[in-house]
Amino acid sequence: MTNTLHRYGSAESFNDDYIVFATPSNGKNDINSIPKLKKFLEMALPFKPVNIGDPVHGGALRPSRELSTLANWKRDFSPDFRAVIDGIDEPASVVAIFDNQLAAEQFLKVVAEADLGLSVNMSASIEGAVECCKFAGITRHSVGYSLGFEGTTEKLPNTQILTLSSMCGHGMISSSLAKKMIDWVKEGRRTPDEAVTYMARFCSCGIFNPVRAKRVLEEARKKME
Amino acid sequence: MKINPDKCVACGNCTYVCPMGAIYVDPVIKRATINRDECVECYACYNGLSVEHMNPSLVRFARKIFHLGRVRFDPEPDVCPTAAFEPDELQWPRVVRRAFSDPRATHESTGVQGRGTEEVKTNDVTYRVKPGEVGFTIEFGRPGVGVWLRDIQKMTCALAEAGVAFEKKNPFTLLMTDVTAGTLREDVLNEKVMSAIVEIKVGAERTEEIIQLVHRVEKEVDTVVTLGVGTRCDEHGDENVIAPILKRLGYKIERAKTNMGLGKITNPVEAKGTE
Repeated sequence: MTNTLHRYGSAESFNDDYIVFATPSNGKNDINSIPKLKKFLEMALPFKPVNIGDPVHGGALRPSRELSTLANWKRDFSPDFRAVIDGIDEPASVVAIFDNQLAAEQFLKVVAEADLGLSVNMSASIEGAVECCKFAGITRHSVGYSLGFEGTTEKLPNTQILTLSSMCGHGMISSSLAKKMIDWVKEGRRTPDEAVTYMARFCSCGIFNPVRAKRVLEEARKKME
Repeated sequence: MKINPDKCVACGNCTYVCPMGAIYVDPVIKRATINRDECVECYACYNGLSVEHMNPSLVRFARKIFHLGRVRFDPEPDVCPTAAFEPDELQWPRVVRRAFSDPRATHESTGVQGRGTEEVKTNDVTYRVKPGEVGFTIEFGRPGVGVWLRDIQKMTCALAEAGVAFEKKNPFTLLMTDVTAGTLREDVLNEKVMSAIVEIKVGAERTEEIIQLVHRVEKEVDTVVTLGVGTRCDEHGDENVIAPILKRLGYKIERAKTNMGLGKITNPVEAKGTE
């Protein structure tokens, strides 16, 4: 899940973006890991994550295979955290996203004390992760740096679109959809909250951060960069 | 992926959600159509769009009436109203597109969803990257550009020539016919994927050399490249070996993935590894 690593933005722009995930390792600790994965997410709930998810079933906002036509006028935009936890049925990474450092570091401390035995990682600004580790009394084991985007970067969209689309590192949120949502918010056709949920449903593992996305949409509403 | 023309009502919603921009409404047949050369079989359309099951004839009639009256039809933008997307039975080598593009497609080779491996995420139990070593993830095509596998081969050949070892459990390595030369199977070279990750490991002293090599070769590759550099922290949790090199090379490293070292080997039959 290198998909958490290469989000676009400066360190300051990650102030509301803390991704904590637990990963069972194939052949090392994956046996009987499903209850631990569920417990990891259960422990996250009191700290009010803005999203949780797994790569098999998705995040707390999911598309529907049987949508009522009435949804065009009245639709449920609320995330379903319980469905994510109940739906975990394979040993795969699970993820909890927080929009503030206090919640992330407190969650990390609880996770360390629970001693689940799974590998736990945080994707965030380097400084943010170091501070969270200090608070939780954790000695960092390894670190993976993102060096950002290189190569034919002229093929990339503008910074706001890129910030939105790269919040699904698997690339499931298209630049065109992100641009469309910015346009719709600017036109007043949808609220930022609604636009965020449309995009979140395409994220296949739940690492999309709706709070950060809403902030970007609000900024883009006033000035498209 | 295919779109059932009997069901499609050309609402256009799907044209926006395709990460590769490969869906368009054909003005002749008046149906959404997929450019199969550019489609990477990521299934974002099929998995991401919510689905209604409306009568296509009824929807087309309603849309015509709205159109005549210049009334803007304003449907939910993440919905296919008639469930028109239908997965194909993919054959080799096209199935490679899906394996590297749809994050829910598990690579049989690694048992991991997605395009890479566990890399430093589970380094606390796999000990893959040891002290004094650096693990590189060189990703092509992300975000939202895609990459032809023939382009990645330029990089793998250059890396092989530099004598680096490719990560054996990485799905991309398994497409190679000769890991010492970095060459891929001929029959996959003309396949396009959402992204692919080449993973290598070298001694820390080769960090700058590898980054310079990637810089040089990426100019010949018609896509975006993202570099990830993974390494071990010291006994205090600090990392003062690689970060200074990156800073000296001009990188303003903003973001990282931090392994907390909380993992344990708990599987009963696994021989416990050591560093």
